[in-house]
Amino acid sequence: MQSMSQTHSDYRLSQLDQLEAESIHIFREVAAEFEKPVLMFSGGKDSIVMMRLAEKAFYPARIPFPVLQVDTGYDFPEVLQTRDNWVDRLGVKLIVASVEQAIADGIVVDDGKTSRNRLQIGTLLNAIEENGFTAAFGGGRRDEEKARAKERVYSHRDEFGQWDPKNQRPELWNLYNGRLHEGEHMRIFPISNWTELDIWDYIGREGIEIPSIYFSHQRRVFQRDGMLLTESEHNPLRDGEVAEERTVRFRTVGDLTLTGCVESTASTIQEIIEEVAVARVTERGATRGDDRFSEAAMEDRKKEGYF
Amino acid sequence: MAGTNMDLLRFATAGSVDDGKSTLIGRLLLDSKSIFEDQLEAVEATSEAKGYDYTDLALLTDGLRSEREQGITIDVAYRYFATPNRKFIIADTPGHVQYTRNMVTGASTADLGLVLVDARQGLTEQSRRHAVILSLLRVPHLVLAVNKMDLVDYSQEVYDRIYAEFTQFATKLNVPDLEVIPISALKGDNVVTRSEHMSWYSGPTLMHHLEHVHVASDRDLIDARFPVQYVIRPKSDEFHDYRGYAGQVAGGVLKPGDEVVVLPSGMTSKISRIDLFDKEISEAFPPMSVTIHLEDDVDVSRGDTIARIKNAPTPTQDIDAMICWMTTTPLQPRQKLAIKHTTRTGRALVKDIQYRLDVNTLHRDQETRELGVNEIGRVTLRTTVPLLADPYSKNRTTGSFILIDEATGVTVGAGMING
Ligand SMILES: Nc1nc2c(ncn2[C@@H]2O[C@H](COP(=O)(O)OP(=O)(O)OP(=O)(O)O)[C@@H](O)[C@H]2O)c(=O)[nH]1
Ligand SMILES: [Mg+2]
Repeated sequence: MQSMSQTHSDYRLSQLDQLEAESIHIFREVAAEFEKPVLMFSGGKDSIVMMRLAEKAFYPARIPFPVLQVDTGYDFPEVLQTRDNWVDRLGVKLIVASVEQAIADGIVVDDGKTSRNRLQIGTLLNAIEENGFTAAFGGGRRDEEKARAKERVYSHRDEFGQWDPKNQRPELWNLYNGRLHEGEHMRIFPISNWTELDIWDYIGREGIEIPSIYFSHQRRVFQRDGMLLTESEHNPLRDGEVAEERTVRFRTVGDLTLTGCVESTASTIQEIIEEVAVARVTERGATRGDDRFSEAAMEDRKKEGYF
Repeated sequence: MAGTNMDLLRFATAGSVDDGKSTLIGRLLLDSKSIFEDQLEAVEATSEAKGYDYTDLALLTDGLRSEREQGITIDVAYRYFATPNRKFIIADTPGHVQYTRNMVTGASTADLGLVLVDARQGLTEQSRRHAVILSLLRVPHLVLAVNKMDLVDYSQEVYDRIYAEFTQFATKLNVPDLEVIPISALKGDNVVTRSEHMSWYSGPTLMHHLEHVHVASDRDLIDARFPVQYVIRPKSDEFHDYRGYAGQVAGGVLKPGDEVVVLPSGMTSKISRIDLFDKEISEAFPPMSVTIHLEDDVDVSRGDTIARIKNAPTPTQDIDAMICWMTTTPLQPRQKLAIKHTTRTGRALVKDIQYRLDVNTLHRDQETRELGVNEIGRVTLRTTVPLLADPYSKNRTTGSFILIDEATGVTVGAGMING
């Protein structure tokens, strides 16, 4: 269902149509100006919206770049299934960079203390370097977190993959500057200006497939650090923790050992939208163990080269 | 689904360091119930740990570690909130002169500029500089928020004096729409709720103004401009002969059947079809991203512009523009830079610096031989490729360009074409 009608007596675009137009513009700029772009596709809702926008930007041609997934080894099977469905439907090439493989190859070191989420950074940077990617689309949104709120649409990374938040390039109008030196790359955030609610409105409007775990379902979960985590072989219960069945859904999807769910009966997009509209806690604050360590957790990971 | 028919207002804060921009945005978000509990708890905890008397709302937007350490904003923070009919994209910009480039970044796309002044201090050089930048950027709506009214006993006299001082300065600028609102960002007076301390003020609260300011009429719907971004050639059996020109409409309304010219080549044709994803549409207007098909097999590539035959920009290599210079090495005559204008890139040679604008007095200094960092001046350029440009006053998209240092790759100048 498209809200775009055939004639516009007043020539106005709704804010969602304006966001869509802006994102499509960004995709086309990158495809035109960069030698080797790649889209970082996790199978989560934000990267699905990115895929949809990329599909629209180049239709009826195929998306002119591959997609890259960093597989933590701890991904939700439902998410991997959705990822595969999208990749098949659009006929794009999927590259999987596996954290386990990176550990085996000695590219990153699993000391038992570092989370898989953090090990993703080295794995990702290695995949970018190995494949010679010059631009990597990410599904980061500025409303997610206050370090992200500072980031440009074209976010420059030096030859170590690092972000320098105190020294970002000016970014004016919709004139993006994609100049790079050898070994550097650009992270591109085409949905920077979308909010969580915009994402849901768009998924609802477009009627596109997302992983089933975003909808209410029964799941065996346990409490840890104030979060509801899923019972799993990768996440053994600690002393005093008990798993029980609850009616839940996920607001974000990531490493399943760190991504919490919320109790919810929302089983349609409309019900999710109603729930998000009255939510009192941010999606990351509620459900992402990786962001809860300090006020600067995200900034520090981003500097190193996180998504 | 509310978001599908809301409209959009982009606004940017401006003003000197410590005038209360970030605090105001924090207040606006808080009082419009757009702050989540975990976000508020985090800044309450930080404020308490630092021994502040009150919660520092600026911490809601000052998202970088160094910003929190220094208590200033360094780079733009983008924040979002919505009321039932409108979504707002806020660019909270830094006041410090050293980070003017980031203020320009935040303001370049704004529909409304929100200039703060500290009621105790009145206009400073930096508030003037920012007002000048907003006016050069042709941000169509301006709000002057006289802040920290709580520190001047909510005095009408102070408000009147700053109001007069600013309107006098603004007569020399291009300010089509101005509203002057007395507020306290810290206490919340006239931000979302009406102040109980300023009965002498009968104008709108800031929020009321933001919700009602009329922005739809700010686009050019007359002069059709379509810079081609990307040529879509599927190379599949099903769409064997498909050849579409993808881009974002920069001005005017385009329809199938329109007689058009492709610039700079000057070849003419007719629009045969306009696609929006898998649908054909009957008209395209800014800022839609669409794909245009032409009846004839003319040569069209990225960087070309499609316009109407009787209403097209004249290709030119001689550019007269106002430039905001954003790097420490000064802009000098004979300098060579890369230039990006719409989807076109080339090189530019600085022919002449006509004058430097004194942001305090608006005096034009014609003696100057260079433009230093954060300075604004009128410059003549010669480009290697013809630009398909309009005056910036007519079209913010086809009238703007950026200058890039070819050695560092950094964006060093923002240009607005005169005419
Ligand atoms: N009393 C009073 N103090 C205020 C008000 N608004 C801001 N402040 C204080 O002024 C100081 C500076 O506020 P900020 O919001 O950080 O200023 P800013 O304009 O964002 O500064 P930069 O971003 O660095 O340019 C803080 O200590 C605020 O608490 C106000 O209305 N009344
Ligand atoms: Mg600030």
